[in-house]
Amino acid sequence: MTYQFHFESLAGYVDVLARGALLTVVLTAIATVVGLAIGVAGAAARRSEIAPLRVLAATYVELIRNTPFLVQLFFIYFGLPSIGVRLTANEAALLAMIVNLGAYATEIVRAGIASIAKGQIEAGLSLGLTRRQVFVHVVLVPALAKIYPALTSQFIIVMLGSSVISQISAEDLTYAANYIQARNFRSFEVYLVVTAMYLALAAGFRAIFRSVGNRVFAHR
Amino acid sequence: MTTSMTRAAMLGTVGAVLAATRLPASADALADVMKAGVVRVAVPQDFPPFGSVGPDMQPQGYDIDMAGLVAKGLGVKLQLVPVVSANRLPYLQTNKVDIIISTLGKTAERAAVIDFSSAYAPYYSAVFGPPSIAVRGPADLAGRTIGVARGTLEDTEVTKIAPPTLTISRYEDNATLITAFLSGQVPLIATGTPIAAAILARNPPIKPAKKFLLKDSPCFIGLSKNEPKLLAKLNAIIAAAKKDGVLAGMSRKWLGYPLPPDLPV
Repeated sequence: MTYQFHFESLAGYVDVLARGALLTVVLTAIATVVGLAIGVAGAAARRSEIAPLRVLAATYVELIRNTPFLVQLFFIYFGLPSIGVRLTANEAALLAMIVNLGAYATEIVRAGIASIAKGQIEAGLSLGLTRRQVFVHVVLVPALAKIYPALTSQFIIVMLGSSVISQISAEDLTYAANYIQARNFRSFEVYLVVTAMYLALAAGFRAIFRSVGNRVFAHR
Repeated sequence: MTTSMTRAAMLGTVGAVLAATRLPASADALADVMKAGVVRVAVPQDFPPFGSVGPDMQPQGYDIDMAGLVAKGLGVKLQLVPVVSANRLPYLQTNKVDIIISTLGKTAERAAVIDFSSAYAPYYSAVFGPPSIAVRGPADLAGRTIGVARGTLEDTEVTKIAPPTLTISRYEDNATLITAFLSGQVPLIATGTPIAAAILARNPPIKPAKKFLLKDSPCFIGLSKNEPKLLAKLNAIIAAAKKDGVLAGMSRKWLGYPLPPDLPV
């Protein structure tokens, strides 16, 4: 082995890495919360009795799940200014992450809802619960409990996928890596450290999701 | 954490990766190229007129011609490896290419990790923006947003002269930078004169005009450190091309102006 590691060459860039990691965390956290809300609303729309709502939700899901995230990002950042919608790189990145996660979450939540036996819904209704009460207590919460692991995996995928937002100059963790690498040319060291940071972030997010899941779905 | 400790830890985990990666050879790079019978050259593909894809889908440009000239001078076959500004040096450092002919300017940071030949082409960087924006020098950049391609000379230069209130948006490559400018995401850009010319050639609604000169930084061929034989050979090829007018012809053909007589050797 002839390669000499020079991790000390990263010393001056700790703040750049920290800022990048922070943006990745913040964007992922917001996208997770809003994306999940869209997922629930989308899943409800997909089983709605109003046909246009069903079509709208289905179109959204198919459109987003069958196009690349990077293209969606470019569309929002480079395309929308043509019709007067100008977002900053960070706003565009957040919007793309939310829209993307929303579509996948819709499909995952829908699968959970589909797994609830029809008899349970009928039982709820026959007990005098309103349709809304049945949806929340009999359908949604048990459905979320069932698909929670799949959902959290999707959250992590969005966090890792967000590494491409540096393409439009959003200053996330990957941006930090490229920024440092372009200055000290220590690509091996930089990407090794950043890979480890992504791994730590993913592990951290998983731990948080697990603890949230244990609390919310404790009675199950 | 000491280097040796780090190395020991690395050996266990990424030994396989390292074994599969060819690291800069300690042998003679010129001999390696001659033995392989092919020279691998990192060239730009998003940087007209230095390197772009022509109508026939073949790479074309000043750097492509220069790569051909070097291969001819060495008497070996040419293998073009398309790179972008940000990954030029890593390609050389990880031995994916033998030399870089990709509008590479000379900076102190770069000189610390690679060597440079004589200059083979002129190159100027400047700040560009629409005529409506009044910017005459670095001080006028305060409070504004400027776009650069990450890892380029302009990135380094603008970062150096930037007033604290200047926002620098760093894009992945020149193509993304051009798109950002044309879609109005950044009002000002710092880039090379060829890029501004390429934008103008598209006749866009927002026309980039030169605001002020950042740096006169001719292009050099980049090669691994401590390769005196390869360096001498490259310099000989460049000197010959200067003498017999080949470079002058390339300058007129691709850049539209004659070769400056004062290119650094």
